[in-house]
Amino acid sequence: MSENLLTMITESIVGGEPESVVALTQKALESGLQPLEIINQGLVPGMNVAGEKFARGEFFLPHLLIAAKGMQAAMELLEPELGARQQVHEAVGTVVIGTVQGDIHEIGKSLVGTMLSANGFKVYDLGVDVPKEDFIARVKETGADLLGLSALLTTTMIGQREVIENLVQAGIRDQVKVVVGGAPVSQAWADEIGADAYAENAMDAVEVARRVLM
Amino acid sequence: MMQPKLKILSGKLVSQIIDEAYGLLMDPGVRVHNDDALELLAEAGANVDLESKVAHIPEAIAQRALKTAPSEFYLYNLEGEPVVHYGGDSVQFDPGSAAITILDSKTQEQRPPVTADFVKFVKLVETIPQLDAQSTAMICSDVPEEIGDLYRLYLALNFMRKPIITGAFGKETWWTMKEMLVATVGGEAELIAKPVAVFDVCPSPPLLWSDLTCQNLIDCARSGIPSELVSMPLAGATAPVTLAGAVVQHTAECMSGVVICQLTQEGAPIVWGGSPAAFDMREGTTPMGAVGTWMIDCAYTQIGKALDMPTHAYLGMSDAKIVDAQCGLESAGGTLLAALAGVNMVSGAGMMDFESCQSHEKLVIDAEIIGMAKRLIAGIEARDEPIALTLMRSMGHRADYLADPHTRKWFQEEFYIPSEIIDRGSLDGWKSKGAKTTLERASDRVDQLLKNYQPGPVSDKLAAELRRITAEAAQRFGMDQLPPLPEE
Repeated sequence: MSENLLTMITESIVGGEPESVVALTQKALESGLQPLEIINQGLVPGMNVAGEKFARGEFFLPHLLIAAKGMQAAMELLEPELGARQQVHEAVGTVVIGTVQGDIHEIGKSLVGTMLSANGFKVYDLGVDVPKEDFIARVKETGADLLGLSALLTTTMIGQREVIENLVQAGIRDQVKVVVGGAPVSQAWADEIGADAYAENAMDAVEVARRVLM
Repeated sequence: MMQPKLKILSGKLVSQIIDEAYGLLMDPGVRVHNDDALELLAEAGANVDLESKVAHIPEAIAQRALKTAPSEFYLYNLEGEPVVHYGGDSVQFDPGSAAITILDSKTQEQRPPVTADFVKFVKLVETIPQLDAQSTAMICSDVPEEIGDLYRLYLALNFMRKPIITGAFGKETWWTMKEMLVATVGGEAELIAKPVAVFDVCPSPPLLWSDLTCQNLIDCARSGIPSELVSMPLAGATAPVTLAGAVVQHTAECMSGVVICQLTQEGAPIVWGGSPAAFDMREGTTPMGAVGTWMIDCAYTQIGKALDMPTHAYLGMSDAKIVDAQCGLESAGGTLLAALAGVNMVSGAGMMDFESCQSHEKLVIDAEIIGMAKRLIAGIEARDEPIALTLMRSMGHRADYLADPHTRKWFQEEFYIPSEIIDRGSLDGWKSKGAKTTLERASDRVDQLLKNYQPGPVSDKLAAELRRITAEAAQRFGMDQLPPLPEE
C-alpha cells in the first residue's frame, strides 16, 4: 500500500499534476509514511525521471517546471512535518541566486532557481536588478555554499565581476562558490572574472552546482 | 497593381485581440516606472497607483491616442529626399541592430566588433540597393560601454546617406544622439520636418515600461523624432504560449506606448513594431527562425494595420552560428513572410545567432532574399493589352521569344536578377569558377560592393562637430581620444 502510494507520488510528479502530488503526499503522511521516505522514495525519484526524460528529448521545459512545482508544493507540506519530528532534510547545498544590478531579465535565473530547488538545493532567489550589497548580505546571512549570478546584457555583465570583487573585499570569497550565467556569458568570461564555474542553462546549472560543491 | 498579401488572422480574431488588449490596459494595467509618464497618464484620466507604479488606462484614452497617432510618415536621406515610407503596405528593409558580436570575415568566428567593422558595414549598406535604411547594427567594443549607443550613430552619420533606425541605451545618451542628428540636418525644425532617424523603444514583457525606455519614448515624442515600439512577448515564457495570446500582449503593450507618446505630444509619429519569439521549450532560447515567431510578427502587423498604424518587425534573421543551410532557410522564410505581411520596416538583415551577431557576408546574402521578396510583392501585372494574344499570334508556333523585342523590353522588370551569390551555372561551370560555396561567393561580393561606395554628404565642418560631440561624451567616461575613423 505504502509502496503503491510512493509510486503514485513519483508518477504524479512526472505526470505534471501538482495537486495530485500534494493530495497523495497528505495521504502518505496519514498512512504513517515518514516525510524523509516520501521525499527520497517518492518525490526525488519523480524529479530524477523528469530530468532523464528531458535529457532524452521526451520532456520539455514546461514538463520540468510543472514537475518542479509539484515537488515544491509537496515540500511545503512536508517541511513542518519534518520540523515536528525534529528531522532534517539535508539540502544538497544552499544557493543565493539573482540577476545583477541594472538587469531585469529573469527567465533563465528563475529556471535555474527552480531546477536547483527541485533537485534538493535550498534556494534564496533575490530576484532581478539586485544591488551588489544585497548579494553579499544574503550570502553572509544564509551561509550559502553557492552564489549564482545572472546577466543578459553585455552592459550588465560587468556586475558579475563587481560582485566577486565585493566578496573579496568582504573577506568571504573563499566561503562561497560563484557560478555565472546568461546569454552573453561564457566560460572565458567566467575565467576572466574569477568565477568558480559557468553554467550554460538550467539543467547544466544543476550539474555544475553539484560538481563545484564536491 | 495588386500587391500580394498575407492575412493570417480572421476578422473575428482581430476584433477579439483588440478588445482583450483594451481590457488588459485596465486590468491588470501597465507598470510604468517613469514619473513623467505616470503624471501624464493620471492627468489624462487614467487610474494611476503611484505606489505600485501601475496605470489603469481606460479604453477611451487608448482609442483617442490611436486616432491621433499619424498613420504614415516619411524618413529622409541626408540629401533631404523622402526615401522611406512608413504606412500603408509599403515594405522596406534595414539591417538588424545592436549586435554584440561580428562574424569575422576571415575566420567565420564571432568576436567583439570594433570601429573598422561597423564603418565597413555602413559603407556596405550604402552599396546595397535592396536595403532602404541603415541601422546602428553593432556595438563597438573599442569605446567605453557607456557611449556604446551614441558612438555607433556617430560612425554611421560620417559615412551614410540613407536614413537610419537606431536606439539609445541611456537617458542622457539619447540627448547626445539627438544633438548629432540636429547638427547633421542643420536644426531642430529641420529634423522635425524631415526626420532622418527612428529610435527603437522597448517595453519589457509583460506590460512594463522601464524608466529608461519610457523616457526615450517621451523625449522622442517631445522632439518630433519618430519612435518605433519594439514589444517582445516571448510566447510561453513572458507571454501566453498561444500565438493569439502573445499577440494580445503585444497589442496591449503597443497600445500603452502609443498612449504615452500621444499624451506627451499629440500627433507625434510612432511605429507599431516588435521582436517577439516563440520560446524554445528545449533550450530556453528565443528563436528568430521559428515559424511561430514569424506568425506572431505577421499577426501583430495585421493588428497594427487594423488600427491604422505604421508597422515594423524583426524578421529575416537566423539562429544559426555559421552561414549555413539553417542560416539561409530561416532568413528566407522570415523575409518572404514579412514582405507578404506588408511590414513597413523589416529589421534583421545580416543578423544571426538569435539577435546577437552581425555578418557582412550574411548581409549580402540576405540582400538577395530581400530582392526576391520585393519582386514578389510587386506582383504580376498584365504589362500589355492584350497580355499575350497579339504577341503569340505573331509568333505562331515558333519558340523564338529569346530574340524578341518584347522579351528585351520586359525581362529585367519581370524577373529579379540576382548577383553571383546565387549560383545558376552548370555543374562544370561552377567547378571551373572554383567550386565556391555561397559563403565564398558572398565574401567576394562584399569586396566587390565596397568598391562602389560613394562617401556621404557630410562636410568636414559637420564631421568635426560630430567628432567634438562624441569626444566630449567619451571623455566623460574616461576615454581621452576617440579611435580614428578608418581611412579609405
